Amino acid sequence: MIRIEHIFGSRAGSIIRRWTGKISEINRRYATPKIQMSRGVKFALLLLRVYLIVLVLLLGYKFWSMLSGGSI
Amino acid sequence: MDFGSTFFYKYRRFVKALKIYLILAGPGLIVMLADNDAGGITTYTVTGATYGYSLIWFLLLLLPVAYVVQEMTVRLGAVTKRGHAEAIFDAFGSFWGWFSFLDLTLVNWLTLITEFIGMTAAMSIFHVPPILTIAIVSVVMLLMVLQGRYWTWEKIAIVFAVLNLIYIPAAFLVHPSVGDVLGQGLIPHFPGGFDSTLFFFLMANIGTTIAPWMIFFQQSAVVDKGMKEKDIPFGQLDTLIGSAFTVIVAIFVVVVAGTVLYGMQIDSAAQAATIMMGINPWLGTFVAIGLFDAGFLGAICISLSSSWAFGEVFGWAHSLNLKIREAPWFYACYLFAILTAGAVVLIPDAPLVLITLFVQVIAVTLLPAALVFLILLLNNEDIMGRYKNTLAQNIAGITIVTVIIILSTLYGISTLFPNLIGG
Repeated sequence: MIRIEHIFGSRAGSIIRRWTGKISEINRRYATPKIQMSRGVKFALLLLRVYLIVLVLLLGYKFWSMLSGGSI
Repeated sequence: MDFGSTFFYKYRRFVKALKIYLILAGPGLIVMLADNDAGGITTYTVTGATYGYSLIWFLLLLLPVAYVVQEMTVRLGAVTKRGHAEAIFDAFGSFWGWFSFLDLTLVNWLTLITEFIGMTAAMSIFHVPPILTIAIVSVVMLLMVLQGRYWTWEKIAIVFAVLNLIYIPAAFLVHPSVGDVLGQGLIPHFPGGFDSTLFFFLMANIGTTIAPWMIFFQQSAVVDKGMKEKDIPFGQLDTLIGSAFTVIVAIFVVVVAGTVLYGMQIDSAAQAATIMMGINPWLGTFVAIGLFDAGFLGAICISLSSSWAFGEVFGWAHSLNLKIREAPWFYACYLFAILTAGAVVLIPDAPLVLITLFVQVIAVTLLPAALVFLILLLNNEDIMGRYKNTLAQNIAGITIVTVIIILSTLYGISTLFPNLIGG
């Protein structure tokens, strides 16, 4: 089994392991949203997701058009 | 009682009230005056140079906008005793938590760069080299947090916040026509008709009124200050006074620019200060000091809002009341943000204009989420108890949040695609 320490060295590997462990712990701690998921909350979060997807698509389009010869 | 005694009595009462307020004032005043950061001052200067006094009425509308949003952070912080980053993780889960936290970290760091750009540009007017400005600013910012007390940090920050009012004496130096300011400025109208340029300026002005870091900063500051539910009315007053000051400063910046620079093509506040230095050295000096102070205020608040968010999310000790050895990661984040942002400004040929534009775009990915979470949290009875939003607060809050989201999004998109809105 390949351990992270084999790739990054023992010191960097243990730091990375500590950080990933911390992030996993945070993810576990906040795995379940505490707010009551009423219809209004669900709708607001859905709108937010759609908004962000559209924005990311626009950013992606801008990035692509810059790469293909446009300028900001 | 004769006139002299009455006057003295009233004067003493006023001074006493002012002293009490200055002891109690804090997050609201600081966050609101820091809202007039380097980017904000640039926006108001360009607005004044382009439209004269004609959009002052619009700036007045920003007072309730700023107050309504920031007042919610006071209640949320005082009731939950948690910063906004932690509150989002806890209420909405790790996906939205990480999204908000990473987005905040990125946008704060980019905004911090723009504050350093503003500070170095302002000091270059006094022939201070950028590296010296950044070194001194970094040391002062470090000393401010290392003294180990939130209260002391807050009072030092208030001194810098009050310096933001330097635009008021600056306006008296340019002798604006009061009749013109009131006549043109207070009657709502769209100078030259409602076209795409005017729309861009309206979006820019509202876009600078509420920034994501302000929500995170004030809520964390309320928690670090140890405000409780009983302190909410005081926090609301503090926020209201701060909102009034932020609008007053914005108006005076517009008055200065509208009087001296009207009709000129102005791209930045630093350029405006340089021109004003040629017209009246005192005026140029005041405006340059104002720009430097704006950048400094923004920088101290933004870097702290990131450090608090890191502490909240990773569970590290995160308070200005703690010494370095008690909260090493908190101070390490603060130092890292300052040093890296300062270093970027010193890189020769760094794309600083692109970074400034990028801030506006990235901010619109975070601001709507932060505002929506704010409204949802403030409506949750389990979290807020009797301090949850009332119907009137919801009507005002949701209306304002919707307008901010629409206008700031259009502003961000128009930055990405300059010809999209109205050609």
